[in-house]
Amino acid sequence: MILLEPHSFDPYMHLSAFSRETGGAGAIASFIGVVRGDRKDVRALFLDHFPGVTERAIKGAAAEAEGRWPLLGLRIVHRVGETPVGEPVVLVTTAAAHRRAAFEACDFLMDYLKTDAPFWKKEISGEGEVWIEPRAKDYADRARWSK
Amino acid sequence: MARLLFFGALGDAMGRERALALPDGVATADALIAYLCASDPVFADAFRRTKVKLAVNESIVDPEAPIGDGDEIAFLPPFSGG
Repeated sequence: MILLEPHSFDPYMHLSAFSRETGGAGAIASFIGVVRGDRKDVRALFLDHFPGVTERAIKGAAAEAEGRWPLLGLRIVHRVGETPVGEPVVLVTTAAAHRRAAFEACDFLMDYLKTDAPFWKKEISGEGEVWIEPRAKDYADRARWSK
Repeated sequence: MARLLFFGALGDAMGRERALALPDGVATADALIAYLCASDPVFADAFRRTKVKLAVNESIVDPEAPIGDGDEIAFLPPFSGG
């Protein structure tokens, strides 16, 4: 399941539904990304996307993950619009028979979402709004998966 | 008319969507960028600040790709999610 979510979501509800759905999987890995509140004045992230195109692009990455690892399921929930500090902005969870495939596919999908999915991210603070581009580290993380 | 879509920082600078009658001689993605930079200082400034990819009818294209009336042309700054 791939979901672009315009409202607050509960990642634990998704995890619980996902683990029911994949009953019998030996391993479920998950990552929850939360809007960081460690920089002064930042109160929210705004996520822009390209309706239709963003969903299709993520489906493509999910298909690639399914080709590379023997997955029994995956779920991606990504916020769009304004997300306040402290709220989840992304959930990736993967299921497989054994842990390595679940961990690696989850890591791969998160690296993909950071740099290659059609999202644009803006930090909203008391001082104004700033569009954020990926850091060199994000591109390096993504490059680890090049074949 | 072509339909132009702007995302991220470009959307803030240009507005989300514009209709444009493509002038004579503007037949590729590259030529459209040159035309917009020459005719719109706001676009020229926003475009200089960031690397932009183009999608024509929802597929990312090379700068030499042909464009025409009726196309949807999207301007995509570097992606940044998660």
